Amino acid sequence: MNRTDTFRPLTATEATTTQRGTALPGQIVRLMAMGLIIGLMVLPFLWMLSTSLKAQEYILQTPPQLIPNPITLESYTGLAERIDLVRTFFNSAFVALVGTAGQIVISAMSAYAFARLEWPGRNQVFLLYLTTMMIPAVVMVIPQFILVRNLGWMNTYAALIVPGLFSAFGTFLLRQAFLTIPKDFEEAAFVDGANHITIFWRIIMPLSLPSLATLGVFSFMGYWNNYLYPLFVARRDEVMTLPIALATLQAGPRALTEWNMVMAGSVITVLPILVAYLLAQRWFVSGAISSGIKG
Amino acid sequence: MSRMSWNSGIHRWKWVALFLLPGLIGLSLFVLYPIASSFWLAFQDWNLLRPPEFVGLGNFQELAQDDAFWQALSYTLSFIVLYVPIVFIAGLGLALFLNQKFPGMLIVRASTFLPVVASWVVVSLIWKWIFNPAYGLVNFALSLIGIQGPAWLFEPQTAVYAMVITSVWKDVGYIALLYLGGLQNISESYYEAARIDGANRWRCLRHITLPLLTPTMFFVAITLLINYFQMFEQVWLMPMRDSAADRQVEVIVTEVVKNAFSYSRMGYASAMSWVLFALIFAITFVQLRLQKRWVFYESD
Repeated sequence: MNRTDTFRPLTATEATTTQRGTALPGQIVRLMAMGLIIGLMVLPFLWMLSTSLKAQEYILQTPPQLIPNPITLESYTGLAERIDLVRTFFNSAFVALVGTAGQIVISAMSAYAFARLEWPGRNQVFLLYLTTMMIPAVVMVIPQFILVRNLGWMNTYAALIVPGLFSAFGTFLLRQAFLTIPKDFEEAAFVDGANHITIFWRIIMPLSLPSLATLGVFSFMGYWNNYLYPLFVARRDEVMTLPIALATLQAGPRALTEWNMVMAGSVITVLPILVAYLLAQRWFVSGAISSGIKG
Repeated sequence: MSRMSWNSGIHRWKWVALFLLPGLIGLSLFVLYPIASSFWLAFQDWNLLRPPEFVGLGNFQELAQDDAFWQALSYTLSFIVLYVPIVFIAGLGLALFLNQKFPGMLIVRASTFLPVVASWVVVSLIWKWIFNPAYGLVNFALSLIGIQGPAWLFEPQTAVYAMVITSVWKDVGYIALLYLGGLQNISESYYEAARIDGANRWRCLRHITLPLLTPTMFFVAITLLINYFQMFEQVWLMPMRDSAADRQVEVIVTEVVKNAFSYSRMGYASAMSWVLFALIFAITFVQLRLQKRWVFYESD
């Protein structure tokens, strides 16, 4: 957890360069650089939004119209005629929320067995967990597809949710967090007659909230943004998630040249995650760092 | 944990079973079993309809002579050769810039992470529209300075450039974040000592920051390689439909997916995915040998 914990907003002493009384031209250059970076990062998203608010005849204009005039929601209503937006949005949200909750609970329980229970073979089994983290997603896609097919789960929520619940990475992340909690608390509690369930639920979980939040955000992002796996197990409209539905607008048999509709779908897909990020930046950042360690 | 009387024998296994089994059974069924069956499939010929047929190393021998596979590997490598140096240096520059303390810098830092959290599908589609030759922003900007922009996502070579630019935009904030971690682990005392000796900012960067950042650089390089051998979404979604780019530009994962799900060659596709694993494993092995401390936590 040490790596994760080092990422906090800078304090004055942490900055590598401390600038005192920089000259005015220097300040202007720096402000321009700051503006340029923000512009490069944000403009593509604004262009997506702007395109989605235009009527079809206005998106094919040269020079391109940067700010839509007139603003219209017809791309969104047009999209709603092709895709059941409410249903697709619900599918994405349902799969991501249930999957995240399940992954946290299962990972935390396994992590408790690795961090707090002593049993023969513990290290060997943990090593097995670590080894699975090295397997690329694409190796898993084919056999998971076959497994889902054999279980009769094609085009079900179970296919979208269940295989992702058992995350060696989540177990690993929470085990590291649980190991940092001193044993004094629980030993006192054991003396008072508490059992492992009480310790797990009343002591370990509340003390690990930052790591649980990190895993939660990471897991939610994974479910919400996942494309490669759901592409092959959830192709029916009733269970289709947003990225899959969106991609069919551009690449599949329903390919559109109505870019305002494609961008409207993009807005709907990306907005929840961008808003969540702006509200909970810290956990997104720590989640991303942990995933880098996973490699 | 000190061994106490309640923590022994049957009693102990009861707790292990309660906490571990739900995860372990699930992992066995949905992770371990698929890994094993994929490995088994790599030595079979199977089209999902007839029963699988054992072909020994046949899939791997065919792979060695499959032009499409070598073409995909060569596109993957040429993409990496372009993309990795750019994002490696741009990420470092961005991290050095973000590491300065100025009013508003946290907003800049937050903005660089927006593309990181967005899904690859959305990012691919936004940039596909931006690179539209006739109505996109890029060629419009080029036309302002009198340049006739290329057909970007229609032609193989320019499509690779467009995908590299898109990938750099998506990932640079993440790479900068990894570097920022390394920068913040460098003790301020080095800089204070250097300032007392009269070193300027360039010398501080050259002789303190960059040498002490080399472990992070190594980690970043490995992470980039591992991730980009597995690149998929941008190549799957960005090239214009039925264009030369769409027909020609393939990477390893798109080749695996095509073989598995378009041609129903499950065994052959599995063999290909294990070759990809071997490539990634080799890189990870180098990483473990050279930089053990950067992969594992200090507290472990």
